[in-house]
Amino acid sequence: MTLGPQPDNAMLPHRVVMSARSMPGYAYGARSPIWWGTVGFAVAEGMGFAIAAAMYFYLVFINGNWPLSAPPPDLLWSSLFTVVLLASIWPNQRAKRDGEREDLASTRRNLVIMSLFGVVLLVIRVFEFGTLHVRWDQNAYGSVVWLLLSLHTLHVLTDLGDTIVLTVLMFTRHGHGKRFSDVGDNAFYWYFVVASWLPIYVIIYWFPRWW
Amino acid sequence: MRRGRPFLLLAVLPLGGCQGWQSALDAQGPAARTLADMFWIFLAILAMVWLLTMIILVLSLRRRRPADADPLATNPDTERRMTVTISVAVGLTLVTVLSLTGLSYAAQKVLFARKDGALTLLVTGQQWWWEVTYEDSQPSRVFTTANEIHIPVGEPVLIKLEAGDVIHSFWVPSLTGKMDLIPGRQNQIQIQADRPGLYRGQCAEFCGLQHAHMGLLVIAETKEDFERWRDRQVSSATPPSDSHRQRGMEIFLSKPCVMCHQVRGTDAGGKVAPDLTHVGSRRYIAAGTLETTRGNLAAWILDPHGIKPGVNMPAVRLDPDEIQPLADYLEGLK
Amino acid sequence: MSPDELRDDQVDGPELTARLAKTWGTDKGIIGALSTVDHKVIGRRFIATAILFLFLGGLSAILMRMQLALPENRLMGPDFYNQLFTMHGTTMMFLFGVPIGEAFAVYLVPLMVGTRNIAFPRLNAYAYYVYVFGGLLIWVAFVLNIGPDVGWFAYVPLSGPEYSPGKRADFWAQMITFTEVSGIAVAISVIVTVFKFRAPGMTLDRIPLFVWAELINSFVIIFALPAVVTASATLMMDRLVGTHFFNPAEGGDALLYQHLFWFFGHPEVYIIFLPATGWVSAIVVTFSRRQAFGYIALVLSLIATGFLSFGLWVHHMFTTGLPQLGASFFTASSMLIAIPNGIQIFCWIATLWDGRPVFRTPLLFIVGFFFIFVAGGLSGIMLASVPLDTQVHDTFFVVAHFHYVLIGGNVFPLIGAVYYWFPKFTGRMMSERLGKWHFWLAFIGFNATFFPMHILGLMGMPRRVYTYLPEMGWGSLNLFTSLGAALFFASFVLFLYNIVSSARRGAVAGPNPWNAGTLEWASASPPRPQNFDRIPVVTNREPLWAHRDDLPVVAGLSVENREQLVTTVTDARADLRETTPEPSIWPFIAAIATAILFIGSMFTPWALVWGSVPLALALMGWFWPKPSTEDER
Repeated sequence: MTLGPQPDNAMLPHRVVMSARSMPGYAYGARSPIWWGTVGFAVAEGMGFAIAAAMYFYLVFINGNWPLSAPPPDLLWSSLFTVVLLASIWPNQRAKRDGEREDLASTRRNLVIMSLFGVVLLVIRVFEFGTLHVRWDQNAYGSVVWLLLSLHTLHVLTDLGDTIVLTVLMFTRHGHGKRFSDVGDNAFYWYFVVASWLPIYVIIYWFPRWW
Repeated sequence: MRRGRPFLLLAVLPLGGCQGWQSALDAQGPAARTLADMFWIFLAILAMVWLLTMIILVLSLRRRRPADADPLATNPDTERRMTVTISVAVGLTLVTVLSLTGLSYAAQKVLFARKDGALTLLVTGQQWWWEVTYEDSQPSRVFTTANEIHIPVGEPVLIKLEAGDVIHSFWVPSLTGKMDLIPGRQNQIQIQADRPGLYRGQCAEFCGLQHAHMGLLVIAETKEDFERWRDRQVSSATPPSDSHRQRGMEIFLSKPCVMCHQVRGTDAGGKVAPDLTHVGSRRYIAAGTLETTRGNLAAWILDPHGIKPGVNMPAVRLDPDEIQPLADYLEGLK
Repeated sequence: MSPDELRDDQVDGPELTARLAKTWGTDKGIIGALSTVDHKVIGRRFIATAILFLFLGGLSAILMRMQLALPENRLMGPDFYNQLFTMHGTTMMFLFGVPIGEAFAVYLVPLMVGTRNIAFPRLNAYAYYVYVFGGLLIWVAFVLNIGPDVGWFAYVPLSGPEYSPGKRADFWAQMITFTEVSGIAVAISVIVTVFKFRAPGMTLDRIPLFVWAELINSFVIIFALPAVVTASATLMMDRLVGTHFFNPAEGGDALLYQHLFWFFGHPEVYIIFLPATGWVSAIVVTFSRRQAFGYIALVLSLIATGFLSFGLWVHHMFTTGLPQLGASFFTASSMLIAIPNGIQIFCWIATLWDGRPVFRTPLLFIVGFFFIFVAGGLSGIMLASVPLDTQVHDTFFVVAHFHYVLIGGNVFPLIGAVYYWFPKFTGRMMSERLGKWHFWLAFIGFNATFFPMHILGLMGMPRRVYTYLPEMGWGSLNLFTSLGAALFFASFVLFLYNIVSSARRGAVAGPNPWNAGTLEWASASPPRPQNFDRIPVVTNREPLWAHRDDLPVVAGLSVENREQLVTTVTDARADLRETTPEPSIWPFIAAIATAILFIGSMFTPWALVWGSVPLALALMGWFWPKPSTEDER
């Protein structure tokens, strides 16, 4: 078998054994590449959450007493946030379902509701920051609490931006076809925002009471 | 990994009688000896593994297939033979690494066992020098020196390690391995020297501009010599007897030196830089960088940044006729 | 997309080639160049940029070796030297080591799995620009003499607000953010490409070993990089907004930083090594003229290496005074990673053993890899032992060790890979005669440079010192090492000359000059914008060896629009014809907006707020659908 230069041709001789003519142009969930991309980013960001949580417990372990020179944060606003966030699961699930049915009117309505949920949650979050009883520059405990809460707020914010843009798109002539698949992926990402909050909520608000 | 040995033997020949030597393979204490033995055992085993692998690799480069063979064709017999061979090789690898792990663990137990010694020191790493405090049950017997550690031969000495600013690492290779000095924590290390001598060490964790010149010296001496040295270190500085060194002292006390340095028995009470009470008795100044001579003292005072750029000691403005008495005064602080 | 558009089962031959090339092509001009989403164009730039950084890192090393050639050398001061070794480590690790593996993935993975573009091509273009901006940021800072000087590891408190005032450490920390955003984005693109865009029939056990290596590597990246982003971000916060993560006086801890850093830092070395295993596998198989022995074992070893790499990070911290029992666990886990690495080495040797090795330059460099990497791996076993590590940690012994594993394990395979795929990238062969010279120069130069460092470390020479006293007796070995470094650097100059001259005058290669078996050799050299006129159907691990003259293909994809075949994750059944994004300038603009936000945040936290506005606008432009590609059944 000789190695070395060969004449140039565009492609090797080949024979057709399969036709792709009848295949659909987009799909939902795990069939769609975008969904996997969303999962990839959720995994990377979830790892970020996990590392921040590990930092929290490492600092607990190092210091022994916890929280450092501050009472534990208040439960009122944070619990309200948690309740509203859990309540958003229902419209989120509906958005996903109606998106897969490609029902334009319901999808528009669901997306508006989800955008409103996001805004309300951010307002609650502002009050929540006010009841932590510690500043980020007070001590390491304050730093890590602010880190966790800010990380999560960033995710609420990005998903809200995504939802609002999708809502606008749905009200333009782009509201068809592949956009419905995007609605499903957006709903999936919102689940990640919900799921990542629950452990953070327990860590920030309940753990210092039990420690 | 192979041709190391002759080199190493050359390397560990001490160059000069009074130079502190600094080699992990020139073991002068029980811990370093354990480590050096372990190194040679590891080296022998691993070099053999390497050689064996390379021999097989070279043999594998022979051409065994006919030129026209189908690259996808495989011979079941050959496949099976190679599978068995590789399984055995992997088994051997596993046995090797497990044995080495066991060996390592055994050595670790020996190495980190703490024996009770009479002497405890506190070494604080500073940018870029070592503050050394000899602890004692009587507060009057506690004293502080810098960059040079005297220890009695044949006795384990416990050293507590703390950092005053950034992370440093205490390492005297011919006595034992290194241990980091970390802000907010205290680590411990134990050293023991078998015979009298000078053992050099230096900071092993990057700590800023003068990390390269953060040397230290361990001086192992007989019990009697050590006790004599310690008694002298506990005492305050002897006031100068001649007028020349008297003037040197006055210059020292009138300059910014006293803001940072301490000379016990005088008004100089600075705490941020090395204690100079017995600076003349130390072999080196500037953390193992310059031998303690009058000339070097003068050079160091006039231009510390020429010798150790970035060092925290400011250059002191001196009149030309002030340098000599000052250097003489310091050199006389035995 | 109308139902009566032209499909590739209606045209054939040169007409099909030309039409597809028009559909998938990159526009002329600067806007076209910045808008391109062709994975080959981005991949070429990516590889060239990473190799440029390899040369910059090498230059900084040469300067360091000049300073260390003589004791108490006055060539440079400690400040410049500290900047040099920081730039050297940072460049080699973050701007060369991680990107080079990803860059090869960007170019080769879509070709090897038989598709026309990478998944999320715009994200991929964006990732490249962000990486360039990050590299520019830190090198411009260095040229302005405000480069970082705290090491590529930037341990606190030395890199903290108290001991590193000014902006130097911030440049380092922010460069990390740039490169990690880029790294994670590329990793996700690669994973999805391998999951969803494989040619029909390329089941899990038919994926080329190189693609497996890049896939596992991308997973390691996704799990490891968040740790270093956290480390650098919290370091920035401590420096800029007064948090106390690492301040022991306020409940923080200096070692926390080291844990974060090495939780990334150890997987990092495997991120550098794993793509190289892919290069080695590809070259060993092709030049043995035999399919890989122990394919399954090789793949499982890759996966095991990926997993185990996360369980070793504490072996970088054996001298910090951690509890002994914990340290012993990390000794055992560090030693155990020798097993999957051993299996790989044995399988490659077995492939050569039963093959008919063809001694061309790529294989020479792989043989060099075996010699050097195995030696480095074995000295790594010494470092894995807690007691031995207390002697050799932070000395030149460690410097020698990791240059043996990193240069042996990454750079030698890389050079082999460049010689191997250069014909595919450019359509021309590299000079074989220069290649032989290059190999011996590199091999001898490398060993002359790094072997004596083992001895220097045992003789007590610590790392990261800008000079040493003459009486330490390290002068002669250091001089020898420095001369070796000059030789080693000369080999890279020769390499560069070979690349440049071969690109202009090399022999024309044709599609498959090495008679290799994987799909990238089924395309033209260099590949047309569409990669393949028709998407191959895979029936064997080495498709071109199994079907030399009649490659089975799929027909029926659009010729007028950028359609790609999407397949199922495990058994690669053809499932969808998805359109892939057109070229767009928005990723480039988004990268600029990102750079503004990141660089602004070095000076004020408010940059995160006002800097997010242009970024959000750029992202909207990026994702706003084009009406023409919308219409779907």
